This record gives sequence, C-alpha cells and structure tokens, in this order.
Amino acid sequence: MNKRDEEKFESIPETDGVAEVKATSSEVGFAEFNDEKPLDKNVRLLSPGRMVARRFFRSKLSIIGLVLIIGLFVFSWFGPVVYNRWGETETDYAATIQYEYNEIKVGSGDNEYTFYQVIERTVYLSELAPCSPDHPLGTDKTGIDVLTQLMYGGRISLTISFLAVFVTTILGVVFGGIAGYFGGKIDNVIMRFCDILMCLPGMPILLIVGTLGEGVGIPNQFRIYFLMGFLALISWGGIARLVRGQILFLREQEYMVAAEAMGYSTTRKIFKHLLPNVLPQLIVSMTLSLGSMILYEATLSYLNLGVPAPNAAWGTMINIISRDTNVLQENFNVWGPPGICIILAVLGFNFVGDGLRDALDPKMRR
Amino acid sequence: MLKYVLKRLVWTLVILLGVSLIIYILVRCMPIDFVANKIAALQSSSGGAQGVDEEIIKMMYEQYGLSDGSFWGIIAGYFTWLGNLCRFDLGTSFVSGLPVAEEIVDHMGVSFAVAFIAIILEYMVAIPLGVTAATHQYSVRDYVVTIFVILGISLPSFFFGQLLKDLFAYKLQWFPPGTLENLAGGYTGIEKVMDILWHMALPIFVTVILGIGSTMRYTRTNMLEVLNSDYIRTARAKGLKESKVIYKHAFRNTMIPIVTMLAGLLPALFSGAMITEQVFDLPGIGNWALQAEMAADIPVIMGYNMFLAMLSVIGVLLSDIMYAVVDPRVKLG
Repeated sequence: MNKRDEEKFESIPETDGVAEVKATSSEVGFAEFNDEKPLDKNVRLLSPGRMVARRFFRSKLSIIGLVLIIGLFVFSWFGPVVYNRWGETETDYAATIQYEYNEIKVGSGDNEYTFYQVIERTVYLSELAPCSPDHPLGTDKTGIDVLTQLMYGGRISLTISFLAVFVTTILGVVFGGIAGYFGGKIDNVIMRFCDILMCLPGMPILLIVGTLGEGVGIPNQFRIYFLMGFLALISWGGIARLVRGQILFLREQEYMVAAEAMGYSTTRKIFKHLLPNVLPQLIVSMTLSLGSMILYEATLSYLNLGVPAPNAAWGTMINIISRDTNVLQENFNVWGPPGICIILAVLGFNFVGDGLRDALDPKMRR
Repeated sequence: MLKYVLKRLVWTLVILLGVSLIIYILVRCMPIDFVANKIAALQSSSGGAQGVDEEIIKMMYEQYGLSDGSFWGIIAGYFTWLGNLCRFDLGTSFVSGLPVAEEIVDHMGVSFAVAFIAIILEYMVAIPLGVTAATHQYSVRDYVVTIFVILGISLPSFFFGQLLKDLFAYKLQWFPPGTLENLAGGYTGIEKVMDILWHMALPIFVTVILGIGSTMRYTRTNMLEVLNSDYIRTARAKGLKESKVIYKHAFRNTMIPIVTMLAGLLPALFSGAMITEQVFDLPGIGNWALQAEMAADIPVIMGYNMFLAMLSVIGVLLSDIMYAVVDPRVKLG
C-alpha cells in the first residue's frame, strides 16, 4: 500500500472506535468487502494512541525534533561518561606560550620605521586555547574545557526547564481544573487572578526577583532554580485557561451526565473522566513551553543571574561576550557552541510540539 | 458596546492595581537598595576609613521614602506612590533626578522607531509567506517556510544579536556595532537620519527575524481554516480563477484575525526589547529599564513595569474591540 492510498483511506470519516480499512492493493479497496473473507481480515483496529503515533511519525519535522532532543539528552548525560578527560570545573594549567607585541616607532616623516618588539611569555593556564585534540572545542577564559562544560551545562539547562514546565503545568491544571469544575464564584476569582498574572511583565520581574534571592539568603548555586520556580509561579495562567476552557466544555458532555447518574465521586470524575481528555492539549502546550523555558533560562543566565562560575549552563557560557568584545570577535569556539545547543534544543521542542499538535488534532487528518 | 467597554475599563483598573501592588512589594523587598549603594559610594570616595554619619544615613532614607522597611511601611509607601500616580506623577528617578514620565517619553522614541519599522517589514514578509504556505500546504515550499519560521522563533535574542554584531559589525564592518548615532560625524538633517537608521539596521533585523514566525504561522493557520470552508468550494465550483478565489475570497477573511492581532501589537511598539537594546547598546526604553533594575532605582522600575502592564492590558482590550469592529458576526457583551 503506498502512501497516497493510505491517506485516502484515513480521510474516510472514522467513528470513535477508529477502525482503519486495510487494503492489500490500491485497486481493490472497497470491492474487497464483497469477498467471502471474514471482516477482520479487511479491517484493522488501531488504538487512538497508535493512530496518533502514526500521524506523528509521518511528519519528517517531528522526527527531526525528536532526534534533536534525544541527541542533546544523550550528549549531556552520557557525553561526560565517554569524554571524561576533563572534570566539570577542571582548569587546564598546561603551560602555554603567549606572545605580545609592542609597537615602537622610530624616526619621523618619510624615515619613520615601526619596530615590533615581541615578548614571549610562558603562562601556566591554558586560557582561550584554540581547538586541538586536547580540547576539541578549545578552552574558555578560565581554562575550562568548552566541550566538557557544554555537556554539564546541558544537564543544568535541560533539567531546569523540565522542572519549570512541570511546576507550571501542575499549578495550571490544579487551578484551571478547580475553576472549570466548580465554576461560579471560585471560577471568577481564579480567572481574575489569572488576568493579573498574565499582565505581569515577565523578564523585568525576574530581574527584580533575581536580586531578591540574595536577600532571602538563597545561595548563588540555587538562584536560577529559585528564579525559574518564580517564573513557574507567575506563568501558569495560560495553562489554567486552557484546562478550564476544556473542562467547561467537557462538563456539559453526555458522558459526564452519565458519570453523574452513576454516582461517581468528584475525584473519580475529575481524574478519571475529565483530566485524561485535557491531556492532549496539555502535552502540546507543555512541549512548546519547554522551548520557551530554555530560552528564559538562557536569557537569565546571559544577564548574569544564572548558575555562578565555574559551573555553567549554556546561557552562562555566552554571557562572557556581553562584557568582553575580544572574546566575541576572536573566540567563536567559546560562545558559538552553547548558542547552537540552545537553538537546537528549542528547535527540537518546537518541532515535536508542532508535530504533536497536528497528530493529536482530530480535525487535522490528512 | 459602550457598556461593555466601560465594564472592561473598570476591570482594567483593578488588574493594574493588582499588578502594581505585586511589583511594588517585590521591588521594596530587594536587598540592594539605592541608598545603601550611594552610602557605599560616599564611603569609598571619602577614603573609606570614616563612616558616614548615622543621622545623614537616616535622613537619606527618609528623603527617598525608604525609611520604613516593615510590612506596614511598605504598604504605606505603596499608597503614597499610588496617590502620586493619581496626580500623574510617577516620581523622580533616584539616579538621574529627572521625572520618570519624562524619561519614559525620552527613551520611547528609539524603541518605537525600531519596533515600528520592524513590524512593518515583518508584516510585509510574513503575510505573503503565510498565504503561500497555506495555499501550497504540505509542499516543499510549505516545509521550507515552516522550518525557517520555527528557526526564527527558536533563536535566543542575545545569541542572535551578538552573532550578527560579530559578523556584520566587527568582521565585515558593514554596520556599526552599537549606540544610536555617530556623534563624531557631526551630521545634520537628512544625513543624521540616515546615520541613525544605519545604526538601527541590525536591531531591526533581529526584531524582524524573531517576530516573523508567530505572524506567519498565524496567517497560515487562519488561511487554511478559510480555505477549507464551504464558500471557497462554492467559489471554485463557480469556475472562478484560482487567484481570484485566494486573493479576493479567502484572503479578505484571513485579514480579520490579522487586523485584530495588529491591535494586540500595541505593547510591542512601545515597550522596547530589553535584550536586543542591551546587545546593541541602544538608548531605548528596555535598556534604560535594565540599567535601572541593576541600580535599584525604584521609581523607574515601578514606572517602567506599570507602563508595560498598562500597554498589555490596553492591547488586549483594543484587540477585543477591533475584533467586534472588523467582524460583524462578533457581539461583545
């Protein structure tokens, strides 16, 4: 069965049971029903989950996204196991020879000569080393291997964004669920609070909170977690709205009336009958917000609010170029790779989110 | 309609009150405060050995209205700030000593110019791209446009900005690396305008690339929705030319959500891009606020954040109203 036929068959309106007609060749199609073969040979049942998976993997972009994300995870978690030459914050004290030039001008007018006095120095710190077998991506200004730092930085960046999305989603589901299920005054209060939260300007507030952390006595190591936690605390509004809207719609459905008539408990109705139906939209929005959380984390790190040196997340590794234009111009190997990693991660999550949205949307059949 | 708008306006005020209270409490809880910084500066300038007189320190805190750090003190401070706001007084900046409202107006020009040009360019590119992507759904063209656009959304502004700065300003030297104008050039008139535009080129480019994605996707989704509707099938069945079907029948209806989105762009026009402005060292409102946050300049931080919150509330309200104006099927109430 070639691809085009497959599409043709899927575009036949399907009932909830999602039965897919399985044809052996393109010509046979419905004519096959006239045969005496038993029905289940012509019809293959696909569970909704498998349907979604099939539609997801049909899109090349979602596969690319998935490969990118898995690749970055493998790189960050298994990378340091394979490439264990340098420790996470190990400085390379290898002797390096540095050259410095002094310009000396002699004479004047037409007879002006310029001499260059070359000073050779041996420095016991391999700072800003170029790419070499010793350091595949060179070293940064403090003599730390860039590739190693990139791997450990990936752990920090990915973990933080996952945690933040997790917290945001839980808060959003709880508040949106309560608002949607109980309605009335509670709904009003929660939604109005959402309105306020959604008007808070994110980045400026995080900058304020970044300094706030010091006052509360949070050590610098945990500042970025504190910040991202705060970000989660103020950004659940969107998810709450989504969940509430969906639950308001589902609550009026007949199967919920049936659940009511069966005398199910509230918890059972919420967790067994309502939430699973919100899950598709929730997964899509979670995947897409993973990308934006990585961007937030990177921007905060770039603004010096990230993990303090010598540890580094991807954003922290780029932050040096905002202060040092020499590094910006001369050492792309220091700040380029983390930037590319950030882009790849966000790109991966966006591709997967997009693919999931198309795969989970029953209207998007093709 | 009028009743609806009035109701929304009242609600807008309540939202702004909530936002301002949250921000004020956060700002007042900041551990670095301006007075402490100033005292430290005084101490180091006077040799560091002798401390500054207790009386003077106390007086300075009083002067800036920061003397009472307790909960009730903060609440009282908030109401003082709110009272001043009602008289259209946003206070004066601790650092520069100028009224905050004046400074906002001063810095807004640059940000507005960048955002305005960027949005026009963005729409000029994004709408045609979105329409072709929709009319050629699942074709190579659609994929290429989609990949390009998602790439644009995924770029971290600081990285992309620095990359362009490195490439075009330092390596190729086509554009200046930062600031707004070449003061040493001493240009006047039209030359000065060209010089400023030349300085703005890179920030505008960054803004366009970062923003193009959402507009294009939005156009594509809406166009697809319209193209799948019955009246388009009717138009095709009548035997209309494809170009007429798309540009006369489909595109006009796609414009509805796009016009609505334009109203929602109001905040983006005035609020400035903090990171982009920081990267290119533009004296826009975002960069100014960033400096203020570092210096704990409370009136400026409050003023800027309230300005942003106000813009976004008004943006939402405007786009709702626009929606009803453009699409007669929508009833507000």
